[in-house]
Amino acid sequence: MNASSEHPSNPGAQATYFAYLAQGEFMIQRCGQCAKHVFYPRTLCTHCGSERLQWVRPSGRGTVYSTSVVRKKKEEGGDYNVVLVDLEEDVRLMSRVDGIAPDRVAIGMPVQAKVVTEDGAAVLIFLTVGEQS
Amino acid sequence: MMTMKDLRGAVAIVGVGQAGCGEAHGRTELEILAEASRLAVADAGLSMKDIDGLTTASSSSAMWGLNVVEYLGLRPRFVDSTMIGGSSFVAHMLPSMMALASGQCDAVLVCYGSTQRTATLNRSAIKKARRALEPQPYEDPYEPLPPLTSYALAAARHMHQYGTTREHLAQVAVAARQWAQLNPDAFMRDPLTVDDVLKSRMVSDPLTVRDSCLVTDGAGAYVLVRADRARDLRRKPVYVLGSATAMWHKQISSMLDLTVTAALESGKRAYEMAGVTAKDIDVLELYDAFTINTLLFLEDLGFCKKGEGGAFVEGGAIAPGGRLAVNTNGGGLSCVHPGMYGMFITIEAVRQLRGEGGRRQIPGAELALVHGNGGTLSSQSTAILGSENTL
Repeated sequence: MNASSEHPSNPGAQATYFAYLAQGEFMIQRCGQCAKHVFYPRTLCTHCGSERLQWVRPSGRGTVYSTSVVRKKKEEGGDYNVVLVDLEEDVRLMSRVDGIAPDRVAIGMPVQAKVVTEDGAAVLIFLTVGEQS
Repeated sequence: MMTMKDLRGAVAIVGVGQAGCGEAHGRTELEILAEASRLAVADAGLSMKDIDGLTTASSSSAMWGLNVVEYLGLRPRFVDSTMIGGSSFVAHMLPSMMALASGQCDAVLVCYGSTQRTATLNRSAIKKARRALEPQPYEDPYEPLPPLTSYALAAARHMHQYGTTREHLAQVAVAARQWAQLNPDAFMRDPLTVDDVLKSRMVSDPLTVRDSCLVTDGAGAYVLVRADRARDLRRKPVYVLGSATAMWHKQISSMLDLTVTAALESGKRAYEMAGVTAKDIDVLELYDAFTINTLLFLEDLGFCKKGEGGAFVEGGAIAPGGRLAVNTNGGGLSCVHPGMYGMFITIEAVRQLRGEGGRRQIPGAELALVHGNGGTLSSQSTAILGSENTL
């Protein structure tokens, strides 16, 4: 399921990423030269230096690499989790796992990407898969 | 071509100074920086007129080197204000050595000052300004506490991968506090137990407020000259035997393995330059921004195997009287932490090698390792310092 755009830097890679996200699509880059994936979006491959980065749609499946609960008082919005997720495409990103108590998110947990809208902005979050509480 | 080994011991730290540590009530960053600088230059037996090289860094000013040049009335022939976070003042050592060895300049002042504790611009305003000036659009939406959550993620991963426990982390904080109790200048000297740490306020799991460095004011400075000149000055010279810096990422989400830092590389290069290994080191000053740092650096710098940092610090092993002297001033956890702490680990190592440590002095300390950290485990800078006997 390869998406278009041979020219990810026109407009810029960052603007393109967020434009996809605003349309509800989570896209990452794959190098046309070394075939490795790159995240966050750039104008050159961090593995081989090539500028031939193409936008692809990842599976959205990933695994929690690490997790932390940021402790906040109820009146400040309450506790929330911050995670690092390793995608199947072998890239890592920061996100949040929704639909589960923040302190129940665990390293190794399989998760699935989802684009949600918060305060008018598209945000990439993850949901747990398999055993759902 | 000159090699790194030719620089081994070519330069020495000949003066140190501190000012405004703790709370600098009503004084500015430049004011305390200038006081620390004046004290360091006087400690060396030099005058400000002798200073023709400058390195400095600031976490808020874009052209800080110019501010310092102007304030101190310097006209330096060598300036380096490379800013890579808290490790900067350890990292500044190598370019200073090169500038001195080549004759570009004859005396380098390395200096820093921060009033982050008492300044009127509060930390949430600074956070907001920093976000506007330098957005991190792939991390900011998830609101990690800067920088604490990044270190918490590393700690959580270390615990998962190696069975490290919160008690292990607490041992680091307790050891630091016990050293601080031997240091009259340390900011926090109340008794602290493992239980106290475990019961203190959780901030970002698994790190509590007691797993986290202090927020204090403080300024520090040190002076470097060539070794031949150092011998004629008033203080016992502390020679720079090795100096190396490595960095592999900025944001925690771009760190390849959260249990392995670039200290692995900076340490290796610094040891090679100095011609020593971990087992030769008498005293370690490691940048303990958070308790996990100490474990990671003990591992990456070769004092124990990867993953064994937790077990290594059990039973007071790095506390006073333990098997390894680590963070003898009380560390960033209990002594002083004005935002970028690399300056103060360097000063403490100098004090130990001069034998000026008072009740916390390590008898016969000849070889010290200083390790600075910056960003979110991002920049890593190692220096090996030694007395005359180690040349």
